[in-house]
Amino acid sequence: MTTTESDAELQVGFDATIARNERIEPRDWMPEGYRKTLVRQIAQHAHSEIIGMQPEGNWITRAPSLRRKAILLAKVQDEAGHGLYLYSATETLGVSRGELTELLIEGRQKYSSIFNYPTLSYADVGTIGWLVDGAAICNQVPLCRTSYGPYGRAMIRICKEESFHQRQGYELLTTMMRGTDEQRAMVQESVDRFWWPALMMFGPPDEDSPNTAQSMAWGIKRNTNDDLRQRFVDMSVPQAEALGVTLPDPQLRWNEERGHHDFGEPDWQEFMQVVKGNGPCNRQRIAHRRRAHEDGAWVREAATAFAAKGVPA
Amino acid sequence: MSEWPLYEVFVRGKRGLNHVHVGSLHAADDDMALLHARDVYTRRNEGVSIWVVRADAIAASSPDEKDPLFAPSGDKVYRHPTFYSIPDDVPHM
Repeated sequence: MTTTESDAELQVGFDATIARNERIEPRDWMPEGYRKTLVRQIAQHAHSEIIGMQPEGNWITRAPSLRRKAILLAKVQDEAGHGLYLYSATETLGVSRGELTELLIEGRQKYSSIFNYPTLSYADVGTIGWLVDGAAICNQVPLCRTSYGPYGRAMIRICKEESFHQRQGYELLTTMMRGTDEQRAMVQESVDRFWWPALMMFGPPDEDSPNTAQSMAWGIKRNTNDDLRQRFVDMSVPQAEALGVTLPDPQLRWNEERGHHDFGEPDWQEFMQVVKGNGPCNRQRIAHRRRAHEDGAWVREAATAFAAKGVPA
Repeated sequence: MSEWPLYEVFVRGKRGLNHVHVGSLHAADDDMALLHARDVYTRRNEGVSIWVVRADAIAASSPDEKDPLFAPSGDKVYRHPTFYSIPDDVPHM
């Protein structure tokens, strides 16, 4: 029954599916570059969710109330879930979660640079929810329409849950802002540290982002880095005003003509250093992930041995 | 060590609906797959029932064959109600 088509014919079919704005599904033919780009992007995203558990997990045992502790536990559990949705999307492309975990702990695949910054105060839990998850939402909402079906479906689930993450963070900060001068200062100090790294989450400026054009042609990405960064700044300014904090950028001002805020340039040297592994916490994050993986080996082996015995539940 | 097998997960959102595929996960056996599916895919009351099935137990149509497989239904327009013209003044049809 099967008729073999040439690569050129298959490419025509693929291009037509993309042009109709339809989704590519797991067993469809796809160009090798498309597959590789997806694996790289989805894996980086999955790793970010998993590594992202660490900075906030740091505060679980020291959350100031049972309510805050329960919220933080739920949030960190969500990050694990998000990582799993995304690893499951990469598996439909023929790469296993185990392989990707190895690549992560060997430092051969990257995750978002933001998680290499430390969480020095409890206010950081709020700031991460507001700014870091807020930036993630800006990035992720358009990815719900990405051209690869399993990736888009994972993003839809993730976006539904991220909204809770952002709102709990903002609520935490508003509570602290209604507190003492010392608490307000904690919030401001935290925002000062996270604002620029949050802007860097959108990646390098468009002229230094060589893969963007191809990714957009393939429908993997839907917006450029600079577009999304602008959108995030415009969203954050009124939120900062309502909160009563100052965003640490002297060049930040409304531009009537453009209908957008003008803002300063992030320190791209710092960004490149963090991406290359020289951020404040890169080594610690990977060492922790490696330890968790290795310490869990006996559990995986015991469960495998138990399953092999075939004992009914 | 080899990885745990891959399971596909199906969730019934509420009574009256079909189970729908929601994603996949790894587990050592069926029981663990159900527990993991609960934790990964139903943290917010997304379901009232879960099916898990080993991915290697699923038989699927091949995308290469989609034309020969689905073409036979393409030219049978008479299977659709809109194929039949009925006078506008005939009620309840």
